[in-house]
Amino acid sequence: MFELLEKHLPAGSFEPVASLDGMPTVYVPREQLVATMRTLRDTPELRYAFLADITAVDFIPREPRYEVVYLMASLGSGGAFGDAAKRLRVKVRVPGTDPSVPTLTNLWKAADWAERELWDMFGIRVDGHADLRRILMPEDWEGHPGRRDYPVQIKEPVKVYEPLQVSEEEFVANIQASRDRSKR
Amino acid sequence: MADLEIPVLTTSVEKMVNWARRSSIWPVTFGLACCAIEMMAMSAGRYDVARFGAEVFRGSPRQSDLMIVAGRLSRKMAPVLRRIYDQMPEPKYVISMGACASVGGVFDNYAIVQGVDQVVPVDVFVPGCPPRPESLIYGIVQLQRKIDHAKLYS
Repeated sequence: MFELLEKHLPAGSFEPVASLDGMPTVYVPREQLVATMRTLRDTPELRYAFLADITAVDFIPREPRYEVVYLMASLGSGGAFGDAAKRLRVKVRVPGTDPSVPTLTNLWKAADWAERELWDMFGIRVDGHADLRRILMPEDWEGHPGRRDYPVQIKEPVKVYEPLQVSEEEFVANIQASRDRSKR
Repeated sequence: MADLEIPVLTTSVEKMVNWARRSSIWPVTFGLACCAIEMMAMSAGRYDVARFGAEVFRGSPRQSDLMIVAGRLSRKMAPVLRRIYDQMPEPKYVISMGACASVGGVFDNYAIVQGVDQVVPVDVFVPGCPPRPESLIYGIVQLQRKIDHAKLYS
């Protein structure tokens, strides 16, 4: 398994580690993440074409504080693995002083929402992401609940917004605008 | 034929209005979590809330009298729940169904509203996790009693 990676990835660009569940796991430096992922995806012998999930772990107070975890799957359409599907766990160490990772949306469209969740829950900035907004929490939420130092049982008043009130002119203008849009 | 019995009952307007209101409580089709499954069971044939006149789940809040908050309410959902409540015509009632809707239940965290009475005025709290359909029917009957004792003019 790791021999194949050594064959295709430049030396020093990944570091295999033992995992409790037996799933192949490698650490990748943040700077080489995109290039490594591209190789994993495009090399016919590896063909890790499916980015299953992106998540992170907060190891406070350790430094580097975060580990971003990319769960990959090779669906086993031929190649060196025959027909067997294979999984791979790619981890990236991220320092707490500069929590950011490069985006993978250029490689997988599926990375879009997963990276938004990464930002929302852990506050890990995703550089190059076109639309880095919160995805789970309300847009005006403060803090990142996935972090270990987040006060989970916070007590604060519930936000309920006033019903939308429009004047008659605004109402007519809105309808006119939507009609104009549908004509185009 | 002069002593023909005329079918007339005398009552007060208050009694009649309350009777009419309590006898056909139409809930809004609104479920948030697993409690909604029990709510559906309540309205289905086995438990048959039609016996109490509350079986007509309406897809529009404009036609509903009762909102059964069935399940945990997230903070992000709270404005939506409030908007649906605001869209219901008076008189309107709210049943908070289950532990999560009433006090947050096991979800004592940042994401869940710790009691929907922070968002809408609640008439009846139904305990349980989730409450059995019988419990919810009991809650509806309690609500009917409450409506029955409502004072129209005070």
